[in-house]
Amino acid sequence: MAKQLLFWLGLSTLISVAQAQVIHQERSLYRNILVEDRGDLRCLKFNVKSSNTQQSCFLKSQPQKLVFNYTKLLMTSLLMMPEPKRILIIGLGGGTMSNTLAQLYPNSQIENIEIDQAVIKVARNYFGFFENDSVKAYNQDGRIYIKRALLKKQQYDWIILDAFNGDYIPEHLMTKEFLQEAKALLSENGILSANTFSLSELYAHESATYKAVFGHFYQVVNQDNSNRIIIVNRDGFTVNSLNKNNIPKLNTQLRQYGVDIFSLYNNMSFTGTVQDWPKNTRLLTDQFSPVNLLNTQ
Amino acid sequence: MGIELLGGRILAPFFGSSVHIWGSIITVFMLSLSLGYLFGGKLSTHSASLTTYGTIFLIAAIALLPIALSSQWLMEIIFLTIEDSRYGSLVASMVLFFIPTVILGMLSPYSVRLLVKSSNESGQVAGKLYFISTLGSALGTITTSFYLVLWFDINTIIFGFTTVLASLGLLAILISKVKGLHYVE
Repeated sequence: MAKQLLFWLGLSTLISVAQAQVIHQERSLYRNILVEDRGDLRCLKFNVKSSNTQQSCFLKSQPQKLVFNYTKLLMTSLLMMPEPKRILIIGLGGGTMSNTLAQLYPNSQIENIEIDQAVIKVARNYFGFFENDSVKAYNQDGRIYIKRALLKKQQYDWIILDAFNGDYIPEHLMTKEFLQEAKALLSENGILSANTFSLSELYAHESATYKAVFGHFYQVVNQDNSNRIIIVNRDGFTVNSLNKNNIPKLNTQLRQYGVDIFSLYNNMSFTGTVQDWPKNTRLLTDQFSPVNLLNTQ
Repeated sequence: MGIELLGGRILAPFFGSSVHIWGSIITVFMLSLSLGYLFGGKLSTHSASLTTYGTIFLIAAIALLPIALSSQWLMEIIFLTIEDSRYGSLVASMVLFFIPTVILGMLSPYSVRLLVKSSNESGQVAGKLYFISTLGSALGTITTSFYLVLWFDINTIIFGFTTVLASLGLLAILISKVKGLHYVE
């Protein structure tokens, strides 16, 4: 009996070890970084070993498949623009977004900005993040990078803002002033997509701020309502901004990444038709941005 | 401490929120406080009075104003001249926070001078002052970071601090004048 119990105990420990295995762990200047393998799935995690702090995941056998919901949601932005030539990504994570876009648009220039040098290193070593002449990663604060890019009069067709995780939000990347700076970097048909949250009191403040800077915007929210993607352009969208003609072509292009553009299209909502936050919501500015306090309430 | 906390917020739009921002701010505050203690001590040896004490409060209040009124263009110039955000943030903290913090630092030794009546009790007086000023710093830190930033603009908070300092200064000067009148009688 005791022998049998021991056997089962041993087996169950073995299974649990096989289920999640930390293959790399380091403490960077900003956070704890964990790389965890669970069978075929490899995930980048910040701070703790719980499942809701995953930053980036990929399947080792199918590295091109987008595992994360929000990375798929981000692809809805492609409905509103021609092929992007110059792409700016703020917040690297595992580099999956950069890899996917480099594959999808081999002629595009991609700049990844990441505040944490350790994250760049981990993306290279464990997530197959690749760089070449047209795909670069820079270690800098996103706000500074954008300010310097403005001085150099740079323009981007697609700016992806992916610097937020559940634990901590950089307060200076959510303000009206920051969004105005980012807006000034957009090319004529340029699009800015932000991956943020849809829960908490922050929702209203964030929505009001985007609306004030860009005008009406599109958004997509995932099933469990935890992520939302805000999509804006330089002059503000109108109801007809969605280009349905793009759908069939995008569908063939994106299928291999596990993206179903039809269902994403159906989930999009437009603030010009539905605006679900109070009109008098206070805007987030460089003077007032207690976003981490608001996010907990 | 309240100002120090806001410092991170004020610098972030130009110099980011990397760790070196806090390195710059804390360095400048420590440096200017240490010099403030030195100057305050020196000043207290020349006919110390409540009027001078109140004047230091008033000057501190005025020295804080540029943080709210001129920080934008000052930081813009620094951002344009210095490419490295470490040195940029260090210079910006120096320009914005050095002078007001030196002046605020002068208050501590000056208070000791005004309150100590005999060398026997000097240790106790200094102890009480440290107690009050450090406790005040703790309260300033928690109220600013937990509540004030949730309710007010940064500039409003700074103007609030300025008003409190200026009122304390005027109060000190008033008290010393009233006392002076009593002496004349």
